[in-house]
Amino acid sequence: MTDIVFISVSLLTVGFAILALEARELVYGAVALSISFLGAAALFILLDSIFIAIFQVLVYVGSIAILIVFVIMLVRREKWISIKGGNERTLGIIAAVLLFSTMGYFSLSTSLTSQYPDPSALFNFTEIGSQLINEYSIILQLTGLALAVSIVGALTMAKFENR
Amino acid sequence: MLYLLSVPLLWLNLRIGDLLEPLINYFIVSLALLCVGVYGLIAKRNAIRLLFAVEIIINAAIINFVAFARYYDTPLITGQTFSLFAIALAATEAAVGLAIIVQAFRLNNDIDVLELKRLRG
Repeated sequence: MTDIVFISVSLLTVGFAILALEARELVYGAVALSISFLGAAALFILLDSIFIAIFQVLVYVGSIAILIVFVIMLVRREKWISIKGGNERTLGIIAAVLLFSTMGYFSLSTSLTSQYPDPSALFNFTEIGSQLINEYSIILQLTGLALAVSIVGALTMAKFENR
Repeated sequence: MLYLLSVPLLWLNLRIGDLLEPLINYFIVSLALLCVGVYGLIAKRNAIRLLFAVEIIINAAIINFVAFARYYDTPLITGQTFSLFAIALAATEAAVGLAIIVQAFRLNNDIDVLELKRLRG
C-alpha cells in the first residue's frame, strides 16, 4: 500500500545519512549529508508543505553544507584521516538498534498506524507569515537575536589568537 | 512561483496533497534518522562527524513536526511555523559549533574529541 515514491525517498534519506557518517573521506560525507537533507526536503513536499521544503534547501543545503565544507578545508587532511573508532562502534550500533526496535515496536501498537490525512485540506502559506507576526512575534525576535549573537560569537572566536 | 514548482511534480504523476500513507511511515523514517544520529554521536570521535550527527537528529525532529501537523484532524500550520524556528536555530548551532571546532583545531592541532583535554571541566 505504500507509495513507491515515499519508499525510495525515505531510503535515500536514511541511506545517505548513514553514508555521511561512514564515508572514509570527510568531504564525501559532507556531500552525502547534503543529499540526505535534499531527501528530507522531498519528504516535506510529500507532506504538502512546500515552503518548508524550499526553506530546507536554502538553509541546509545552501548554507550549512557549504559551511561544513569550508571548515573541512580549514582542518588539515591527515588529522581527520587518522582517527579510528574503537569499541564505541559496536556500542553505538547496539544502542541504535535497541532504540529503533523498542520505539518501533511500541509505536506499531498505537493509533499512529490508522491515522490518514485529509486529502482535501490544503495549507495556506500566507498563514505562516501571519502566525509569525501575530502569535509568535516574540519568538521570532528571539530567534533573530540568537542568530545575531551566534554570528558575533563565531566571529569573535575566529579572531581569537593563541597567546 | 510555488505553482511553477509544482508543475514537474504533476508531470511525474506525483500529486501534492494526495498522500495515502499512514502517519506511522513518516514516524518510522524519522525514528530511523534519530537512530542513525545516536549511533554517530556514540561511535564517532571526529568533531565534524559529531556535528553531522546532531544535524541529522535535528532533521528528524523537523520531519516529525511537519508530519504530525499535517496529519492532525484539521491540519495545523503551526507545525510548519515551528519547523522554521527549528531550522533557523539549527543554522546558529552549526555556525557556533564549526567556529568552536576551528578554534579547537588551532589550539590543540587535533579534532579528535578524546584528545581535546583542555576542554575538560
